[in-house]
Amino acid sequence: MSASAVHSLWTTAADPISKIDTPKIEYGQLSPTLIVVGAALVGVLIEAVVPRRSRYYAQVFTAVVALVASFAAVVALAAGGYATTKSGIAAMGAIAVDGPALFLQGTILLTALVGLFTFAERRLDPAAHGNRVDSFAAQAASVPGSDSEKAAVKAGFTTTEVFPLLMFAVAGMLIFPSANDLLTLFIALEVFSLPLYLMCALARRKRLMSQEAAVKYFLLGAFASAFTLFGIALLYGYAGSVSYGTIARVVDGTATDVSPALANTTGNDALLLIGSALIVMGLLFKVGAVPFHMWTPDVYQGAPTPVTGFMAAATKVAAFGALLRLLYVVLPGLRWDWRPVMWAVAIVTMLGGAIIAITQTDIKRLLAYSSIAHAGFILAGVIATTPDGVSSVLFYLGAYSFVTIGAFAVVTLVRDAGGEATHLSKWAGLGRRSPLVAAVFAVFLLAFAGIPLTSGFAGKFAVFKAAAEGGAAPLVVIGVISSAIAAFFYIRVIVLMFFSEPTPEGPTVAVPSPLTMTAIGVGVAVTLVLGVAPQYFLDLASQAGVFVR
Amino acid sequence: MSFPLLTATAALPAIGAIATAAVPAARRTAAKWLALFFSLGTLALAIAVLVRFDPDGDRYQLTESHSWISDFGVRYELGVDGIGVALVALTALLIPFIVLAGWHDADPLETGSRRWRPTQGFFALILAVEAMVILSFEATDVFLFYIFFEAMLIPMYFLIGGFGDRAHEHGEKVASTQRSYAAVKFLLYNLVGGLIMLAAVIGLYVVAGNFSLQEIAEARANGSLDMATNTERWLFLGFFFAFAVKAPLWPLHTWLPNAMQEATAPVAVLITAVVDKVGTFAMLRFCLQLFPEASKWATPAILVLALISIVYGALLAVGQRDIKRLIAYASISHFGFIIMGIFAMTSQGQSGATLYMVNHGISTAALMLVAGFLISRRGSRLIADYGGVQKVAPVLAGTFLIGGLATLSLPGLAPFVSEFLVLVGTFTRYPAIGIIATFGIVLAALYTLVLYQRTMTGPVKPEVSAMPDLRVREIAVVAPLIVLLVFLGVYPKPVTDIVNPAVKQTLSDVQKKDPQPEVEAAK
Repeated sequence: MSASAVHSLWTTAADPISKIDTPKIEYGQLSPTLIVVGAALVGVLIEAVVPRRSRYYAQVFTAVVALVASFAAVVALAAGGYATTKSGIAAMGAIAVDGPALFLQGTILLTALVGLFTFAERRLDPAAHGNRVDSFAAQAASVPGSDSEKAAVKAGFTTTEVFPLLMFAVAGMLIFPSANDLLTLFIALEVFSLPLYLMCALARRKRLMSQEAAVKYFLLGAFASAFTLFGIALLYGYAGSVSYGTIARVVDGTATDVSPALANTTGNDALLLIGSALIVMGLLFKVGAVPFHMWTPDVYQGAPTPVTGFMAAATKVAAFGALLRLLYVVLPGLRWDWRPVMWAVAIVTMLGGAIIAITQTDIKRLLAYSSIAHAGFILAGVIATTPDGVSSVLFYLGAYSFVTIGAFAVVTLVRDAGGEATHLSKWAGLGRRSPLVAAVFAVFLLAFAGIPLTSGFAGKFAVFKAAAEGGAAPLVVIGVISSAIAAFFYIRVIVLMFFSEPTPEGPTVAVPSPLTMTAIGVGVAVTLVLGVAPQYFLDLASQAGVFVR
Repeated sequence: MSFPLLTATAALPAIGAIATAAVPAARRTAAKWLALFFSLGTLALAIAVLVRFDPDGDRYQLTESHSWISDFGVRYELGVDGIGVALVALTALLIPFIVLAGWHDADPLETGSRRWRPTQGFFALILAVEAMVILSFEATDVFLFYIFFEAMLIPMYFLIGGFGDRAHEHGEKVASTQRSYAAVKFLLYNLVGGLIMLAAVIGLYVVAGNFSLQEIAEARANGSLDMATNTERWLFLGFFFAFAVKAPLWPLHTWLPNAMQEATAPVAVLITAVVDKVGTFAMLRFCLQLFPEASKWATPAILVLALISIVYGALLAVGQRDIKRLIAYASISHFGFIIMGIFAMTSQGQSGATLYMVNHGISTAALMLVAGFLISRRGSRLIADYGGVQKVAPVLAGTFLIGGLATLSLPGLAPFVSEFLVLVGTFTRYPAIGIIATFGIVLAALYTLVLYQRTMTGPVKPEVSAMPDLRVREIAVVAPLIVLLVFLGVYPKPVTDIVNPAVKQTLSDVQKKDPQPEVEAAK
């Protein structure tokens, strides 16, 4: 299908009813998303009809099957050439099926699968009244500390709703980087954000903190969504369309058909600049870039750790995917306007994340600020505006998400009487007490720090190389300096674990079920494989580096 | 395809590291023997490299080349020239002595979990460092070199921070705090250096399009790869900074005294005799070959810094109260000599510098390891706590004296030859600098002899009166090193024969000729 022949379902909706064509939906090309949405719906039904004691198994089974099947569909599509020669636009112009989309969907699905294992972990918390429990509140609706909460705990309730919520979030994330018009982008944004807000509030321990985190995330997220939506409206006014291809043509000045209703505003550069700035702002919020990062530490700290891990990994992948598509497909003509701004954002994000992280005393907050610094590194690759820039960002996202999810999985293991022991002082001497867990965490920290022979180094090298080739050498120098600053606090944690004396009443390391072990094992394996032999995955990323328009 | 000998020299210690780490907690002694076995096996392979290397043959020999990360233009390329061979041999030679000297350094004494295996970890980390150091001496791909240059920091960091001298005047708590301070300082200094080099490595790739040392050096030499003057200088500075931290050169040296003071003696030897050599080696191999013009541009400044290192290191060594710290400052002075020899850009200077790297490795190992034996007997690093040891432990005192005399470059012992070459090489081009550097030798005599006098001679202090002399294991460590010091002091030809052709080629890359004697020029 040629790009000019594309009709957007959304833009034609304003025309008289008789003109609406039957939507032509390419079910095959959309199957990864459809499978996950289907599983989410099945999950809701399971909540409704399956007896309480079997729900956990039914939910986990459904989710695993769906994620595996969806990943298989992605692989099949990629093998069928949809990532390269056959890439195109599906669902009446709403969805792009191309290399970056499939690569990111594959990454999100694998991340979600590993994340699911940590969601389903039920061996870490001590059994309550003879029932195995997971990291989620017994009954989300019961007020913390109330009698109804105690009753729910006593009855052995578990919030198995997290699994369909997770599936909905994944579905939104799958659409987000492949959305090819602004409304689909917005809907995908909401579809994955709302379940995340909810899941943030579901922690079993420290419930008030968890709910506070959820409220903060929701309020700020709602603002960001509003900005995005406003930006979409302005861009529609500018281009007379929400379709990426049309907007890009109007930006380039090659568009011919201008709808009469918008004749006065079309081509108004003020609308374009303000509109695209607002949309990018919304995306930078999701990415956690400075100055839109304020929510990150609180939410990462308050949310149940499995959710934090999933959120830190998958949201970043999805949001960067959408950002890439927006900047490379819709706004390449505006490159000279957005590049200086993104330069500034990348610089303050790299330095800000690294510097503030130094003063953190909570491991989850520390990882939150580290994720901000990493967002800055990825932005350096985004700014390159070369095919190498795209593929380096894709590679970085893949590498980073597994390190992140593995690191947060390790955080769930270190516990004391109050649940997870996230204060750094409690990690002192962990290397003496549990050498293996500490060593694994050290591997993740070294990968975050970008030490050679870990995936973090390969990723960092890829984005910095792309940035340098794209003419952003000063950005590379600043990136390197902030890596050095960041290295300081990663190493501080290693010092604490290995060289400090253990505290007498320190935390214990819980022995997890094979689920969490798998999650951590996959994290370590990917970290080392991408560090030592990244070539195959770099190839994959560079083949997937071309956007369809 | 021939047997990949160079890969094997690195793979064997790497396998050894894994095998040693995997030994069960209760079988500590087995881990030690395993580590010794693997380090000796590596030595055998290094000797095979030495035998197969033909000094008059191609520049890089025993080369291996495989595609690795083609997206980054990175190849797994190994090859050794004379300088590389000498340093690979030095590394492989010293590690068995380090293992043997550290035999009891990592025996667990505190409570920990049953899975806490410090002994296995100690020896595994030593072997891991060996593998990475050897690979960085052999890599002819800039990226490959960089990876191991950086990665070796991690095992080194755990060796410094995790293991220290047994007895400590302030108790274990203070000692472990100081140790982790030293380890963090070591890591941060080197990591910052390495990250700045990373920016330069990326810059080099953007300019040159690949990482192959040979290709880039060739393209530089025949003019097909032109770098803007400023670009070349910035890239040079990026590389040099990292190497100057590692070497270490004044004013980037302050991590070394801390690290050597806090680490156990074998680890201190590993730092100064093995790991730091990567820095000076890389100056010779990468800075000069990749950026010849910038190297010439920077020479005056670097020579002044090297001169400051020589005098400053020696002066501070004179004033030290701590034996290990004293040796650390002496090493800084010696690294000044090595760097001065490299950047004097004469064949004597560079041959001398390479020979110096080998000799300094052996002499420091001898001195430091004996110092370690001494310290482990008394439980103190302070010079003031010793006195009259030579009456109680004559063998220990005697070997300490020989190590010390080697450090002050007594004629007849190996370091004399190299120091002499460096000074002659510098003098022919920069007489003033050569003359001032000579004071470093005078100061070396002062700090070494005063150290000996205060610890070994005089009345026997009551605390040392029962000090046992060197044991068989300890003699087995020291004796071969002393034999080598004497041998290379009398007959350095085997090393210079290997090193000289490589030095000549390096100089021709920089397009520098030795200055002709004045008389001939006047004719």
